[in-house]
Amino acid sequence: MKIPRNDTTVEVRNLKMYFPITRGLLQRKVGDVKAVDDISFEIENHETLGLVGESGCGKTTTGRCILRLYRPTSGHIVFEGKDISSMPERKLKPLRSSMGAIFQDPYSSLNPRQTAGSLVGDPLKVHHLASGNELNERVEVLFRLVGLDPGMMDRVPHEFSGGQRQRIGLARALACRPSLVICDEPISALDVSIQAQIINLLEELQEKVGLTYLFIAHDLAVVQHISNRIAVMYLGRIVEITGSDELYENPLHPYTRALLSAVPIPDPHTEKDRMRIVLKGEVPSPVNPPPGCHFHPRCQLAMADCSVERPPLRDVGGEHLVACFRV
Amino acid sequence: MPLTRSSEVHSNEKVVNHMAVLLDVQDLKTYFNTDYGLVKAVDGVSYHIDDGEIVGLVGESGCGKSVSILSVMQLIQIPPGEIVNGKVIFDGQDILQYDAKGAEMRAIRGGKIAMIFQEPMTSLNPVLTICRQMTETLELHLEMDRQSARERAIELLKMVGVPDAASRVDDYPHQFSGGMRQRVMIAMALSCNPMIIIADEPTTAVDVTTQAQLLELMSDLVTRLNTSLVVVTHNLGVIARYAQRIYVMYAGRIVESGLSEEIFDKPRHPYTIGLLNSVPRLGEKHGTRKLVPIYGMPPDLIDMPPTCAFLPRCTCKIEKCHKEPWPALRPVGDRHYVSCYVDMQEKQ
Repeated sequence: MKIPRNDTTVEVRNLKMYFPITRGLLQRKVGDVKAVDDISFEIENHETLGLVGESGCGKTTTGRCILRLYRPTSGHIVFEGKDISSMPERKLKPLRSSMGAIFQDPYSSLNPRQTAGSLVGDPLKVHHLASGNELNERVEVLFRLVGLDPGMMDRVPHEFSGGQRQRIGLARALACRPSLVICDEPISALDVSIQAQIINLLEELQEKVGLTYLFIAHDLAVVQHISNRIAVMYLGRIVEITGSDELYENPLHPYTRALLSAVPIPDPHTEKDRMRIVLKGEVPSPVNPPPGCHFHPRCQLAMADCSVERPPLRDVGGEHLVACFRV
Repeated sequence: MPLTRSSEVHSNEKVVNHMAVLLDVQDLKTYFNTDYGLVKAVDGVSYHIDDGEIVGLVGESGCGKSVSILSVMQLIQIPPGEIVNGKVIFDGQDILQYDAKGAEMRAIRGGKIAMIFQEPMTSLNPVLTICRQMTETLELHLEMDRQSARERAIELLKMVGVPDAASRVDDYPHQFSGGMRQRVMIAMALSCNPMIIIADEPTTAVDVTTQAQLLELMSDLVTRLNTSLVVVTHNLGVIARYAQRIYVMYAGRIVESGLSEEIFDKPRHPYTIGLLNSVPRLGEKHGTRKLVPIYGMPPDLIDMPPTCAFLPRCTCKIEKCHKEPWPALRPVGDRHYVSCYVDMQEKQ
């Protein structure tokens, strides 16, 4: 599992993404939604980094910043050695072919009026990578790669089931042979019996093509299954990063512990003996987050200093990083 | 459920410590007439709910789990829907005989049997205050006056853990978060001291820590108030902790039912086994187990084969499966029933 340090696909340093809130006729700025608030991490070559957290914690925004669908407020994103955080669109385009993305909802992320074949072939045309017969051949190869029948190339999305649509989305993401694929909740909209098909496909493709994944999801069991390392986010900040087995066996941040204990396990015996940490209250608004550690109002271990200063993300040994004063 | 009855009579012990059956659904069939053909959403489903029991109804989307409970409440739109067969015995009466809009059915709906729906934002009226929506039920079913209904509403909100209930009762649904709205739904369901609460995917729209809060709250309340609870869900994990008995549905029928431990420890239907093998479990070492998906897709309910509907996806099929009709539920253990020709225990 240990991968040499120098092979980093993505390095994120002090990334901040604030969305302004404007009011009135003159669109006066009255505040910021601090969707991502100063986070740093890296994704090694050929690894899967899981990004978990509850809705609104900034995990999707992080993914979109790495894809440079957003221009970050501040901070650096280094992709394959190049700082892309403020790169102009013109220079960015050639790099885009090295990044792929799969989205949550296979019903709304595919154009309903395009055929499956043209959906998959479009990225190749945009990047002038193939045309004519070669284009057709490459689309066929891609269809086979994700387990679809190339005979279905002329069908439109509504003729496919949810699982098949997600396969089209995956083929499209892989069309330009990217090195990095951002998977944003790729299985949450699918039926339980179909989810495993897509998870297995993602794993097989990683082995076959040597992909690097950023796997964004709220389902910890799925994330733990697929990821080498996991980063846990809470209200725009990363609170803990470590190997996925270590995270389960030795969770250090109080939020991670609560999150792990809240995940239901399909086994009544384990469930009955499990201690469940039920968090009080709700996630505060990212417009006006609490001072100091964002988690302190709901934390059982919180002391005076927690509400004053932000705890830095520090290594407690064995590449286990945690942002908490109490551990 | 005739099968259950006979087995309960046979084993005397069970009859003694067995609780009274509250709701008994027998051979329910609900079909929908669509432009594409007749959709047999629920096709011969029988289940029962005992006094004070927590029952889980599990299945994937489109398997008919929601329709089967909406039929019980007579909330199916007719047409296109039609309840073509079945009995729903509640309190000694077949409530399917009641007029869907009549006074008897209205007294049951929300009064004796309450429901909690999946999406709290769409099931609460956005233009009425929480107070108005809660007191309406109380005034109708319990004939309370405005003032005492309001006090009861505040009391109920406190019970489900809405902070500052006395002032929040005058807020509108949009001023509440998703988890809080679902708490309001729970409070509304509890308001008339129902005998049964049916929760249709109660935690699907909320986050995992909120889900934990809501599930603990619901199981705590129903145990305290001795109410029966039916949880309809697609998530096996959600019911593993709480349900005493589980029904597994596939393509409009129940394929397996039994006590929670039995279903999880000794699943006997290939579909149940498939479902359990296809979900990742928290705490398994990374890379130790490859998930075993169920291949293929759920069947089209319009064009159903006369044979077992799981046959095209089944990995354990035998010749008999191709020739015989869909197998009936047969007993395989203590209150454990399975609809399959193959003896999976022998196979394993």
